This record gives sequence, structure tokens and C-alpha cells, in this order.
Amino acid sequence: MIEQIIFYFFAAILIISASMVITVRNPVHAALFLVLSFFSSAAIWLLLEAEFLAITLVLVYVGAVMVLFLFVVMMLDINLAPLREGFTRYLPVGILVAVLMLLFMALIVSSDSFNLNQAEGIKHAADYSNTAELGLILYTEYLYPFEIAGAILLVAIIAAIALTMRKSKTLKTPKPEQQVAVKREDRVRLVKMESEKRDT
Amino acid sequence: MTITAELVFIVPEITLLVLACIILIADTLHIEKHATLTYWLAQIALIVIIFLVLIDFPDESKRLFFGNFVSDSMSGVLKVSICAITICVFFYSYDYLKEHELIKGEYFVLGLFAVLGMMVMVSANSLLTVYLGLELMSLSLYSMVAMHRESQTASEAAMKYFVLGALASGILLYGISILYGVSGTLELPALSAYIEAQSGNNILLVFGLVFVIVGIAFKLGLVPFHMWLPDVYEGSPTSVTLFVSTAPKLAAFAMAIRLLVDGMGPMAGDWQGMLIILSVLSMAAGNIIAISQTNIKRMLAYSTIAHMGFFMLGIASATQLGYAGSMFYVMIYALMIMGAFGMVILLGRKGYEADNLDDFKGLSDRSPWFAFIMLILMFSMAGVPPFIGFWAKWFVLKEIIANGYIWLATVAVILSVIGAYYYLRIVKLMYFDKPQQMTAIKASQEMRFILSLNGLSLLFLGFMPGALMTLCIRAIGY
Repeated sequence: MIEQIIFYFFAAILIISASMVITVRNPVHAALFLVLSFFSSAAIWLLLEAEFLAITLVLVYVGAVMVLFLFVVMMLDINLAPLREGFTRYLPVGILVAVLMLLFMALIVSSDSFNLNQAEGIKHAADYSNTAELGLILYTEYLYPFEIAGAILLVAIIAAIALTMRKSKTLKTPKPEQQVAVKREDRVRLVKMESEKRDT
Repeated sequence: MTITAELVFIVPEITLLVLACIILIADTLHIEKHATLTYWLAQIALIVIIFLVLIDFPDESKRLFFGNFVSDSMSGVLKVSICAITICVFFYSYDYLKEHELIKGEYFVLGLFAVLGMMVMVSANSLLTVYLGLELMSLSLYSMVAMHRESQTASEAAMKYFVLGALASGILLYGISILYGVSGTLELPALSAYIEAQSGNNILLVFGLVFVIVGIAFKLGLVPFHMWLPDVYEGSPTSVTLFVSTAPKLAAFAMAIRLLVDGMGPMAGDWQGMLIILSVLSMAAGNIIAISQTNIKRMLAYSTIAHMGFFMLGIASATQLGYAGSMFYVMIYALMIMGAFGMVILLGRKGYEADNLDDFKGLSDRSPWFAFIMLILMFSMAGVPPFIGFWAKWFVLKEIIANGYIWLATVAVILSVIGAYYYLRIVKLMYFDKPQQMTAIKASQEMRFILSLNGLSLLFLGFMPGALMTLCIRAIGY
């Protein structure tokens, strides 16, 4: 009973904050609402005894990704007015499509079709380690997909660097290796000049 | 088998990953203007992979790594073809990138990672690996499209490709999650067995299937999920268009076979109808809209949509021979489109893209030999016998007629005849119109040689399509 109350509490927060993400005008507020929605979904995962995933979600998404995201939102001065131009014009069509989709999906998919009544959550003993189980399965059964995921992250790094790093000719970046290797002769030129006579 | 014993079967994939990383390091350490070293190392890596696949060619179907990976003849044949096609694509790209001063070592490294993604897709045996391979490939392709930073059209194309590709991945994942939720397994043969054991019609499985098909259709560019394709083809640098339009199509074919046949074979009755609708729409829209195009890259994009529709017919027939016909079609298609974009690269020069139909006017006066190669390419695409494009269409049509879809074959033939118009128009422009410019064609010897080989191979294969067809039938039959 208490579990259900907790679930509905966090589920309600999740839905409200997720819809706020796409409706609030201020992008910083949207990012903060996204943080809230991540947080409440982490709480729901905790209810499912997926402690490791819940903590990772908070650490990685809330702690790292969203902070970066906030930085980006604050640094880029995006003018949202032109983005909103077509919004009201396409709104009726969008609502129509969304409602139809929802209706069709609700007709086909109901909770009965997944046999949810039979599914009973498995309860584990107190010394059951979620992290160890996850690690065990990740490095045996899911070894191959895990390695591919690593390759995908590598590609993301390469792509990000290749797309942002530009060696422009006009760019005046200091080159440390040249700065260190500089000799006195490169910088100082001793010029011997005849002394001139002052005209009187 | 223990995991260490199974590693033997993914030696090509491991080698490609390691070589790509080494080449990346070599590229960052060895800075030069034209990235020549990176280019040659990438070519050598691909040749090594081809050898590795051929040495231990899989002649029986083996499912490894807890059912995440499958090694069978189809994966072997497709891996070799993907690598071989990529080698040619790199040949063409190198010339183009050098000429247009877009060359960067990362281009080839990302290309290698895309090939790795395709290889993963080709021998995927679970819903998870199909998706991961697809993402690995797509991510590399998005960034290759975006690489030409100064061009507005390229950035626009990259954005469109990325956003719509992400949407397609989302839809595909949604379908996958439904299938997993119903069957409780990610493994494709187990999914197939689960469907087989179902009595009656499980509406949820069909629901998941619809989303999976939409995902596949997005990736292949079938109508009505084709919106991104013309813009991406037109906007990206021709070398990237060339890559996007060739090897990934083979991987998409493998993805369709893995998901629909290996994973949902018992539901063939359900997906056949959906595929037929997609095919007919694609052939109609592709062939008719292509007529009004003045930009050859856009025209070829619409022709791609039409060809993809035609090739889907083979899968829609739901027979082993139909799949073999589709495989044959997609391999031939990759060869033809590669040659066609190769010609666009050949005619372009620094600061100038020969992507208008007018650029082909009077080509026979400027270079009779390459006008002849283009003639072969266009005839082959239109499906004029004895060129190989005719046989590709023939094998697919034969199979759908054998399955009783005579009306479908008639529609396909009529639409192909409509499509022949715009291919033949290029031939007319080349031979009967006055050239608008007389600048000599400037291209390296290797480029000329490979392009000629590319064109002549279509003529040669057209006289003996049997060998390749036998190969495809044996590959599909495991």
C-alpha cells in the first residue's frame, strides 16, 4: 500500500515535470524541470529494486549531463521567437494527429494484453547486490553489445572533435611547443648602427 | 563454446575496430595536407578485413555470444561486398575531397567505423545488436555529412538527416520494446519461436511489427518516410552522398532480413501486405517525381526511392528465392549508383559541382569514353537488357509472379517504364545536345580506371548474371 502511494506520488511528479519541460518558455526552467523528471524516474527505479541504475541516473544525468546542458543553454543566446512562429499554425494538425495516434494505440494496447496481473515483482534478500548482478551479466551475456556501445561512444568523441576543431588560418592560437623552443636569436635582433651627428 | 573460443568468429570485427583506432592515432600524429597516409591505411585495413572474412568463410549458421551474433553465409557475402564497395567509394572520395579541399583524416576513420556498424548489423542475431549496429553506422554517417562546415546546404542536410534519423531510431526502439515486452526475449530466433508457438493472432505483436517496419522504411527511404532522402543527397558533399547511397543499403537489406525473416518469419502474412504498400508507393512517387528534377543528385535520390521500392518486392514475396533476388538487386543497385555519383565527381572540379543535368549536355563531344560509361550506367538503371539492371529487376519480378502477384508485377513494370524516361533523358542530353562548356575533364588516372571498371563490370555482369545469382541463393539458403 505504502509502496503504491510512493509510486503514484513520483509518477505524478514525473508526468507533470516532463510536460513542463516542453511547455515552459524559459529554457533554463525547462532544463531544471528535466532534472526533476530524471530525479523522479530514479525514485521509481528504486522502487523496482534497481538501485544501481537509479544512482547512475542521478549521478550521470542529473550530476553531469544536465549541468553541461545548462551551461550550453546559458552560453548560446538562442532567439526562440522565430522557432515559435509556426507553432500556432501547425497546432490544430498536430493535436489531431496526436489524438488519433493516442486513440488508436489505446484501442490496441491495453494493460491486459501484457498479462500484467500475473507478473509479480521478485523480492530479493537484503544481501542481494544489484550492482554485482548487473556487472556479471554485462560482461558475460551482453559482452558483445557492451563493446559495440563502447565503439559508438568513441565515434561520438571523434565526430565531436572533427566537427568542432577547425584549424583556421586566421585563428591566433599559441603553440606551446614553438614557444618553448624559441631561441634568443628569434626574438632579439642586435643592430649595430653608426651614431648620427646631431645637426646644430 | 566458451567466450574465448567464440572470439575467432568475430576476428574481422575486432581487427577493424583495432585498425580504425590505430589509424586514428596515426592520423593525429602524422599531420599532412592531404591525409594521404590515413587514406592508404584505411584502404589497406579494408583489404585486410576482406581477407579475414574470406579465410574463415562461414559456411554454416552459428549463433554465438549468447545469441547476440550470428555467423552465416549471408553475413559473409555481405561483409565482403560492403568492404569492397567502401574501397571503391574511398577511391572516388579521395579525389573529390582533395579537389574541393575538404580532406580530413577523420573522414576515412569515420568511414571505417560506419563499416564496422554495417558489419555488426549484417551479423546481428538479437534486437539489441541490430539497433546498436544501426546507431554505430548512422552516427558515423551523420558526422560525415556535417563535415563540410562552410556549406550551408551540407549543415542543413546533416541536421535533417540527424533529426529524422533519431526519430526513426526512436520509432524502431519503440517497436523493439513492444516485441520484447510481449515475448520476453531479445534474441531473434527465440522471438520467431515464440511467435510460432502463439495460437491465433496476437495484436500486440503486430503493433510492435508496425513500428519496426516504419523504422526500416525510414532507414531505406521508402515512401511515405522518404522526406529526408532528396535533401540529404543534394546537400551533402558528393563523396558522402556516394557513401550514404551504397554500402549502407546492403546493411539495411540485412537489417530487414534479420528483423523480418529471422525474427518475425512466422508473421510473414502480416508484413507482406505492409511491404507491398510501401513498395508500390515508393516506386510510384520515386519514378514520377524524379522526372521533374533538374539536379542530378536529387534525381538520383528519387531514383533511389524507386529502386528501394522495387527491391522491397523481393522481400515481400516471403520466399528464399525472393530474398536472394532482393540481395542481388541491392548489390547491383549499389554498383550502379556508385558509378553514377562517380560520374558526378568526375565532371566536377575545384569550386564547382557538376550536379545539374545541363552539365551532362554534349558529354560525348567532351569525352566519348565516359559518355559511354554513363550510357551503360543509365541503361542499367533503367533496366534495359542485356545490362545487369535488367536481370536484377527480372529476378525480383519472376519471384513475385511465381507467388501469384501478377497485378503487382504489372504495376512494377509500368512504373519502371515511366522511370526509364529520366534515365534515357540523360543519354539524350549526352549524345544529342550541344555542350555548354568545353573544359577538359580533370581527374586522376586511378579515378578514371576505377570508374571505367565500375561501368564495364555492369556490362560484363549483364552477360553472365548467373554466377552472382547463384552466390546470392546459396548465401540466403545458409
